[in-house]
Amino acid sequence: MSVSAEQRSKGPPVSFTDAAVIDAFRHIPDYLARDAALMARGRLLDVDCLLGPTVQPFHVSIRAGAIVDITPAPVLMRSSRFSYLASPQAWAAYWQPMPKAGWHDLLSLTKRGEATLSGDLHPFIAHLQYFKDVLALPRRHGFGGAA
Amino acid sequence: MTAFIEPIVGRYVHVEIDGETNRIYFEENGSGIPLVCLHTAGSDARQWRHLLTDKEFTKHFRVIAFDMPWHGKSNPPDSGYGTEYKLTTASYTATIRAFCKALDLDRPVVMGCSIGGRIVLNLAIDHAKEFRALIGLEAADFQQPWYDTAWLNRPDVHGGEVCAALVSGLIAPQGPQVARNETLWGYKQGGPGIFKGDLYFYRVDGDLRGRTASIDVRECPLYLLTGEYDFSCTPEDTLRTAAGIKGAEATVMEALGHFPMSENPAQFRRYIAPVLDDIRARNGA
Repeated sequence: MSVSAEQRSKGPPVSFTDAAVIDAFRHIPDYLARDAALMARGRLLDVDCLLGPTVQPFHVSIRAGAIVDITPAPVLMRSSRFSYLASPQAWAAYWQPMPKAGWHDLLSLTKRGEATLSGDLHPFIAHLQYFKDVLALPRRHGFGGAA
Repeated sequence: MTAFIEPIVGRYVHVEIDGETNRIYFEENGSGIPLVCLHTAGSDARQWRHLLTDKEFTKHFRVIAFDMPWHGKSNPPDSGYGTEYKLTTASYTATIRAFCKALDLDRPVVMGCSIGGRIVLNLAIDHAKEFRALIGLEAADFQQPWYDTAWLNRPDVHGGEVCAALVSGLIAPQGPQVARNETLWGYKQGGPGIFKGDLYFYRVDGDLRGRTASIDVRECPLYLLTGEYDFSCTPEDTLRTAAGIKGAEATVMEALGHFPMSENPAQFRRYIAPVLDDIRARNGA
């Protein structure tokens, strides 16, 4: 089902499908594996967390800055240290080549209520720019055919 | 000598603030109406280097930017080492007024960004007669917090990295990459706990709601300009503040965020040039 962001709520003029957002998320481990500099910034990070669209979160396992596993939630009794979940329209807007004001940063999304951050935030905050850049990778790789 | 040397001159002035001498580093260039520039929380006066070297502006303005005590090349006061730094409305106001007095500035224009924009409002409320115009960038009487400042200064999180990473999202994506990087570099270099201490003023002590209505722009013109990408001090925060001040001018700047003068100097110039022209016209300069 294709819906525009504006149909869901007041938001940026970005067309997307939930399936496209979920598919883009599945590709993030591959995008990251091709970015040695970004991997190096996460070299001291080992964490299991819950990331992704609210309609389909993913259990993400990070070891030494690499995503070694990404599995759709729920997984029976799987633990996660923290979660960052955003609406599909938020991800679609965040991944635009030139995101609109207010849709351009993980924390602008939490401030506007399009994303939620919960759990033990230490690994997220200590590697904040890493997470911002990892979760922005679909932007660089032409989400929605933009690049 | 063939190397390019910028016209900025940097010196130290000894300024007595609250009974103690502070050795304050400042840079200046130009002549004419004194224009004192205030940097954002947790950074320093390097943010103003493009304005300081603007050939047109410095024909008519003596542009001056200083590092607040504890920031950049201005060390803490001698008694400050080992104490927790906390900027307050009173200490910030005292610092600006003492600096202007130390340099014998005649009714300077003060332009501040972020915490500098907030304190400009306090100058307009309590000390308008001392200034010929006030410019608040990313300024509002109050804005909603969007993170816990406790993360900014703790042993298990790198202070420079976290400060820069938090504010990186306040920069508009349209700016030149090198200017965006340089803006963040300032945040990576701040002393431990200094950004957090500045935000004590911003978040706790400097709430000006209910006070700005007393500002009289006939006594001192007030210009407010905020970048559209600033989700900390949002355009709505600035417009709400301006709406409560009779005669205040508010502008929303496109393709700019929380650090207009450093993140995209050329774009910022488009917005600040008319303001400085207006101030010149009002002063016959």
